[in-house]
Amino acid sequence: MASDVTAGTMRKSTAGRLQPHRIVLLVIALAIVLASIFYLRWDWLPAYLPLALQGIWRTIWLLVVTSVLGILLAIPLGLAQAAGPWFLSVPARTFCTIIRGTPLLLQLWLLYYGLGSLFPQLPWIRESFLWPYLRQAWPYGVLALTLSFAGYEGEVMRGAFAGVPRGQLEAARAFGMRRWTAFRRIWLPQALQRALPTLAGESVLQLKATPLVATITMVDIYAVASRVRQDTFVTYEPLLLLAVVYMAITGIIVLAFRRLEVRIPTRIG
Amino acid sequence: MEAKLIDAIIPAAASGIFDLLALEPPGWGGNLLRGLLSSVQIALGAYGVGLLIGIGGAYGKLYGGPVVRDLLGLYTTVVRAVPELVLILMLYFAGTDLVNRVLIAFGHQPVDINGLVAGIGVLGIVQGAYSTEVLRGAILSIPQGQIEAARAYGMPPGLLLRRITLPAMLPFAIPGLANLWLIATKDTALLAIVGFNELTQTTRLAAGATKAYFTFFLAAGALYLALTLFSNVIIARVERWARRGTPQLSETR
Repeated sequence: MASDVTAGTMRKSTAGRLQPHRIVLLVIALAIVLASIFYLRWDWLPAYLPLALQGIWRTIWLLVVTSVLGILLAIPLGLAQAAGPWFLSVPARTFCTIIRGTPLLLQLWLLYYGLGSLFPQLPWIRESFLWPYLRQAWPYGVLALTLSFAGYEGEVMRGAFAGVPRGQLEAARAFGMRRWTAFRRIWLPQALQRALPTLAGESVLQLKATPLVATITMVDIYAVASRVRQDTFVTYEPLLLLAVVYMAITGIIVLAFRRLEVRIPTRIG
Repeated sequence: MEAKLIDAIIPAAASGIFDLLALEPPGWGGNLLRGLLSSVQIALGAYGVGLLIGIGGAYGKLYGGPVVRDLLGLYTTVVRAVPELVLILMLYFAGTDLVNRVLIAFGHQPVDINGLVAGIGVLGIVQGAYSTEVLRGAILSIPQGQIEAARAYGMPPGLLLRRITLPAMLPFAIPGLANLWLIATKDTALLAIVGFNELTQTTRLAAGATKAYFTFFLAAGALYLALTLFSNVIIARVERWARRGTPQLSETR
């Protein structure tokens, strides 16, 4: 029954998608794409292709790592705000307000230039095993993006934790579950389920924040495009390609989350 | 150890933080405030442009023909999928290039585009895509009977927009629009990439000149935060004003 309905809507939507005016628009779009392939300059592409692939890989790596770390940080932040005592909830709320109230670019530069100028002056940091990493740019980029994601997502998780019906938690306690078990089995899964729809949007926003790390000398796909522009004085083509790459990654994120949401049942008591 | 740390945080410790942030020329405080002012100017301008685009876009998406709808869908999808930084570079280069080509084609001298105007235009186009979606959703949540009643009274479309649609959708749109304003104030920082002298760029210049990175970036962060918190107060007032006469949302849900 359910599959019949989805099949019916699918057929209807494909018929709806191929209306005559859309075919005309598609032809125009195809013409623009072909024209930009043949009339714009792409001769720089083969030389920079390995670098570009590496840049795309680095962008995706940055996105995945900072999102995962950010969520891990956002869960305690959300929990502290939703149910914590004041000495936990006040710092958590302050952290979220500060992160959400200042531009990410400023946070990134504060960490990179500020900490970067502070660390070399401290001998015990220079002698520590972390120093070879702290001299590079990527730890600062990862840290800034992680904190930013945690700040935004912490606010979402606060709402998600608070939105889980009390009866669910009371039932868990009535079954004799320990607090940790109840959190792990009942509270956290239901809160994550509630946060899932916003998570897709937040991930896209996080993807759109990644090119900022190019300003602190990390070579992601955006930095590759900037280098092409500086080396060859070709302005539009790398930017166009860049936009296409980001749109493709956004599309993948949106589709992946849609599949995830279909797999996870949406009935919340 | 302690002294070392403090020395490291404030390299110009002899002159002190307050000298660095003083409003008079040896200090950089005046420059920071001027930077904040131009940030606010750009944010206001971009927000206004974005709202105008948003109203037009929402109307086009709801009442326009199929071609208009598809093109607007393309606009909002592309702008929301591509990083603001890339869009700013693209629109900045392409926009100034286009204006100059048009000027040359009409036999004028090429001009340097004013950074303020370019920034407002670029961020306005970005904001427009988001506010199109916010306003579309808000217009859709107006009870249909109100618009039908206005039509039944024979109101022309312009009057209907001004008297019914805009005021009635405002309570639904304010949370989204407030978010957009906060995004606009923070997106102005991205214009530092194209070398525009707003708060973040001024801060970087000041920090680079004095080597007091922590002092200046923290000061700029405090300014942005103050702007955000001040905006929140204003937004709460505007929201109360826009909700006047409507039942509490918690009751209607």
